[in-house]
Amino acid sequence: MNVSIIVFPGANCDRDAAYVTRDLLGQPTQMVWHEDRDLQNADLVIVPGGFSYGDYLRCGAIARFSPALQATVEHANRGGLVLGICNGFQILTEAGLLPGALVRNRDLHFVCDRVPLRVERTDLVWTHQYASAAVITLPIAHGEGCYYADADTLQALEDHQQVVFRYSDPAGKSTAADNPNGSLNHIAGICNRRGNVMGMMPHPERASDAVLGSTDGLTLFKSVVSRQLQPA
Amino acid sequence: MPTYQAQIYVTLRPSVLDPAGTAVQTGLHHMGFEGAQQVRIGKYIQLVLTAADEASARAQLDQMCDQLLTNPVIENYRFELAVNSPAATPA
Repeated sequence: MNVSIIVFPGANCDRDAAYVTRDLLGQPTQMVWHEDRDLQNADLVIVPGGFSYGDYLRCGAIARFSPALQATVEHANRGGLVLGICNGFQILTEAGLLPGALVRNRDLHFVCDRVPLRVERTDLVWTHQYASAAVITLPIAHGEGCYYADADTLQALEDHQQVVFRYSDPAGKSTAADNPNGSLNHIAGICNRRGNVMGMMPHPERASDAVLGSTDGLTLFKSVVSRQLQPA
Repeated sequence: MPTYQAQIYVTLRPSVLDPAGTAVQTGLHHMGFEGAQQVRIGKYIQLVLTAADEASARAQLDQMCDQLLTNPVIENYRFELAVNSPAATPA
């Protein structure tokens, strides 16, 4: 599987993601500079975490207009796989590839922690190697990770089972106390209706090498790269 | 073409919680301003725009706000527009 990772000025998780796909999973992986429109035959585009363009104006607001991101939108509209992590999730919502928005954390703090998440969908290309209703632990590190959408959008997300990860306690129960940022419906990650675009605030790439203490995130990358690619 | 001075006010939609506003309100109460309520924090953007006429300037500002300056999912905006007086225009 060809993996392309978009590199914005201010991105800081691009190499972590490349380490997972290239070094741990042996997939051909290219870095694509934000000014470049050529995604280099990517099957999977990763929009990484960081502070693209300094997060000026709003998180992800300016990254959305970069040539690489516009090519990513076209890739997604063709059914190509797109994964947005943290700032990447914010960018995908700003670009309109995913509904809603990420706003200031409920308690105003930048939260840097490891949190339990319930995997809500295991029929997706992203998650099929997780056990059904698995509770995993992934790092989070964000100041604007509170998922917001209006009531109708939120209902539509639930009706179409687009919530992929939800903050929970270690037993898998979602409570306000286990919601680190105030996200509506405890949402940590969502996909589009087609399932080819996913955004999530937690960092699976930071929980992929056992030497860092957890491989709960590696399962996500293994799931997606093991997918049998459909002939074009 | 005339130039216009635009003053753009961006506010959070009423349905979006504003924890920063709440924190500031608490601060105001600690200062003794017990009457301060409903503190909401927004953004103010000013820019100078050259346009054929006021209608064009307004249309361009709407596009700027819809596409970049605000996120319509969480924010509302309004703007004020004034013709730059010739004295204020660089020669």
